[in-house]
Amino acid sequence: MSVTERGPGGVTCIEVVELMTDYIEGALTPSERERFEVHLSLCPPCRDYLDQIRATIGAARITEDGVPPSVMDELLHAFRDFRRD
Amino acid sequence: MRARPSGDRPSLPPASYDDGPRLVEALRRGDEDAFAWLVCRHHQALLRYAGVFVRDSAVAEEVVQETWLGVIRGIGSFEGRSSVKTWIFNILANRARTRGVREARSVPFSALLARELEDDEPAVPADRFRPADAAQWPGGWAVPPQAWNAPEAALLASETRRLITDAIAALPPVQREVITLRDVVGMDAEEVCRLMELTDGNQRVLLHRARSRVRRALEVHMAVEEVA
Repeated sequence: MSVTERGPGGVTCIEVVELMTDYIEGALTPSERERFEVHLSLCPPCRDYLDQIRATIGAARITEDGVPPSVMDELLHAFRDFRRD
Repeated sequence: MRARPSGDRPSLPPASYDDGPRLVEALRRGDEDAFAWLVCRHHQALLRYAGVFVRDSAVAEEVVQETWLGVIRGIGSFEGRSSVKTWIFNILANRARTRGVREARSVPFSALLARELEDDEPAVPADRFRPADAAQWPGGWAVPPQAWNAPEAALLASETRRLITDAIAALPPVQREVITLRDVVGMDAEEVCRLMELTDGNQRVLLHRARSRVRRALEVHMAVEEVA
């Protein structure tokens, strides 16, 4: 498999894009992972793509926390009342 | 009066409740600090998860409220076969699905799953790559992704977050559930597979489609931002 026929690492960009989640999730075999990483090291657009997927995951994460005091009060009352019954 | 506002920390440091037997024991004892800690920890995530099943935010709040009541009633018979977290999310899913049925928008999960697994839409449209018979670099990028400028700052903007929320809301239902649990709530793959009764492989396929679509929605936005 020559590089010009198959892309760096013997994988094409169109294949690499479809393997992104398996890569991030650690689901590639060691040899697939190695080829994937060789490809990335030689292909800036695929590196950009991976960065964008990672950025997307990071930005999706919930940022709100806490509970409105009225809701908490109500739930604590319910918790207490249930124990009494 | 033992009711506390959410900001007032209980006597034990939060992490000491963990997610296992110690927490269950405290809840069964009627330890209000433990219950308050649990509610603080999961309430917002449960609201987002409820949003997967019911569109109306007031209904979602009711479903979360009912979930907590289910936790209060059920903790005595909780058998510890899953983590407390998975158990709570499972209570929510059951309640929310019941609501979904009432709102008459329910298709059996197995049918939805089959449909979403069959759909083999590529992560990136095929016309952005060189054709398979190209003389040079077949399958390589023809229209590569534009680098996102300052992704950290731009992605943290509330407008971008809303865009992500909207893109997730527009996903097919099973993908929506998977990405909400994995990327929004931050559950690990194993917990999600258990909760949704998915194989590891199917979970990953659905997550891949979902993440690819959300990235695409953002890509349009980021490109427009650059021009602006």
